[in-house]
Amino acid sequence: MLRIFSIPKISSRTYKVWLRNKDVFMKTIKINFIPQLLEPILYLFGIGYGLGFFVREIDGLPYVEFIAPALICISMMNSAFFESTFASFVRMYYQKTFDAIINTPMNIEEVIFGEILWAATKSMINASIILLVVSSLQLVRLPESLLLIPLSFLVGLVFASIGMCFTSLVPRIEFFNYPIFLLITPMYLFSGTFFPMSILPEQIQTISLLIFPLAHAVNISRWLTTGIAYSSIALSLLWLVVVAVPLTILSINLMKKRLIV
Amino acid sequence: MKKSLISTMSIAISAEDLTKKFDDFLAVDHINFQINRNEIFGFLGPNGAGKTTTMKMIQCVSPKTTGSLIVNGIDVEKDSRSVKDILGIVPQENNLDPDFSVLKNLLVYARYYNISEEEAERRSFEQLDFVQLNEKKDVMIDKLSGGMKRRLILARALINKPRILILDEPTTGLDPQARHMIWDKILSLKKEGVTVVLTTHYMEEASQLCDRLVIMDLGKIIEEGSPQELIQKHVGSHVVEVDNTPAVMKCLTENGDKYEEFANRVHVFAAEPEELSSKLMKRCNFDKVTVRQASLEDVFLKLTKKALRD
Repeated sequence: MLRIFSIPKISSRTYKVWLRNKDVFMKTIKINFIPQLLEPILYLFGIGYGLGFFVREIDGLPYVEFIAPALICISMMNSAFFESTFASFVRMYYQKTFDAIINTPMNIEEVIFGEILWAATKSMINASIILLVVSSLQLVRLPESLLLIPLSFLVGLVFASIGMCFTSLVPRIEFFNYPIFLLITPMYLFSGTFFPMSILPEQIQTISLLIFPLAHAVNISRWLTTGIAYSSIALSLLWLVVVAVPLTILSINLMKKRLIV
Repeated sequence: MKKSLISTMSIAISAEDLTKKFDDFLAVDHINFQINRNEIFGFLGPNGAGKTTTMKMIQCVSPKTTGSLIVNGIDVEKDSRSVKDILGIVPQENNLDPDFSVLKNLLVYARYYNISEEEAERRSFEQLDFVQLNEKKDVMIDKLSGGMKRRLILARALINKPRILILDEPTTGLDPQARHMIWDKILSLKKEGVTVVLTTHYMEEASQLCDRLVIMDLGKIIEEGSPQELIQKHVGSHVVEVDNTPAVMKCLTENGDKYEEFANRVHVFAAEPEELSSKLMKRCNFDKVTVRQASLEDVFLKLTKKALRD
């Protein structure tokens, strides 16, 4: 039990794994850029302006401004979680990339940590792209909203390590449907994203704040973009930091358990 | 003291009582071996004999269960990073990076060894020349033939100028041209002073390349020596092959000859093949007698013939 929380042996070589993934990403950046740019625009218009036509405003905020920070957070979650599940699984299982890397002086802990850092970086890249879109539409306040960029790395780290825990457990790639439908989808809906959590039954609010990283990410982000805080910002930030570290360690050790036999 | 110093310097890899256990399955069962510097050392054995598991322990990617394993004077458990730094690995499975071109595969791999960018580029082109893949440098991995992939993996394994090269079934699935090319490269690496450890189940490959070899079966080392020694010891110089019929078997048993029985053929081991075959033909009325030189394959089949296990 203690061993899965033991501190992994990690050196600065971790960066080489991050660099490998960055190199692949840069090769296809022109293709990568477009969906990331399109998705938030579609949501902003479809939900923000479309549904916003009827909703008008929530707590004094135009609906589209209410959901803009949530859309950024959902993108942080999806990009980091996708990267450390499907993408890492493909590299591990089908491409045998990890096997090739650990034949060099790199160890498995560094490989996994590099993957997690890369997934967090993907979260930061995507959040920055969407921030650019919503800023140009004047839906967020500046310069405060620029703090979303460092926040997106932290949020990315949390979701990347959650994803990596699942990657260490699933026997086949299809099994990722379970965490997506049982964890990601409810989180996507009930984290104060499209409506405030206060309209939910109190028990569900408590559960959301206890176990949903997205609820805290949205809370901080909405405060940054609008100035309105739904619950304590300090507590939300603390929650994310406190959870990120042990989750990262846990996911590295679980992956080591899977791969080193 | 002096003697032990010399012996550690001349030994590349040594294993004592090495075991590997997966749950209840003993994959490597108390094996001992010493691989000298600058020799080509082979691990032969049927599928599932424990060869790859042994390689993975040497590579420091699979921890040993018990025993000791010293590579290049370093305990694999104490400092695996230093061990990995002087090893070159050609794994059984092709694990080239499909997200990159041929050249980029080498450049990215060099980075994992902390090789500087300029040096990595210089070495990559040098290795591409060595395995004759220069023209393919910008091609993506999935466009390469099987032989090209193996050659690129060999080039990749040499990017850190390894002192010990581990080849796990380097030529499985290759056509004869590609196979001979790989053999050629292995022999020229030996000339440059590299120690080569290889696993194979091609007996011809082992005979051509290996200075010494061990035969593994069911996790144990069952025989050790040079290919010639093993052939002499277990088979003799020649083999006389005859059809397996009850009459033949009866005659052979009466004569007290050394033979190995297969479903359709019987291999009779002989030092004086002409004498034996004329004797057999005369006394037992054999027809279809083939006389040939004994090979490592005869040794292998004799020692590991018991069953087709998988």
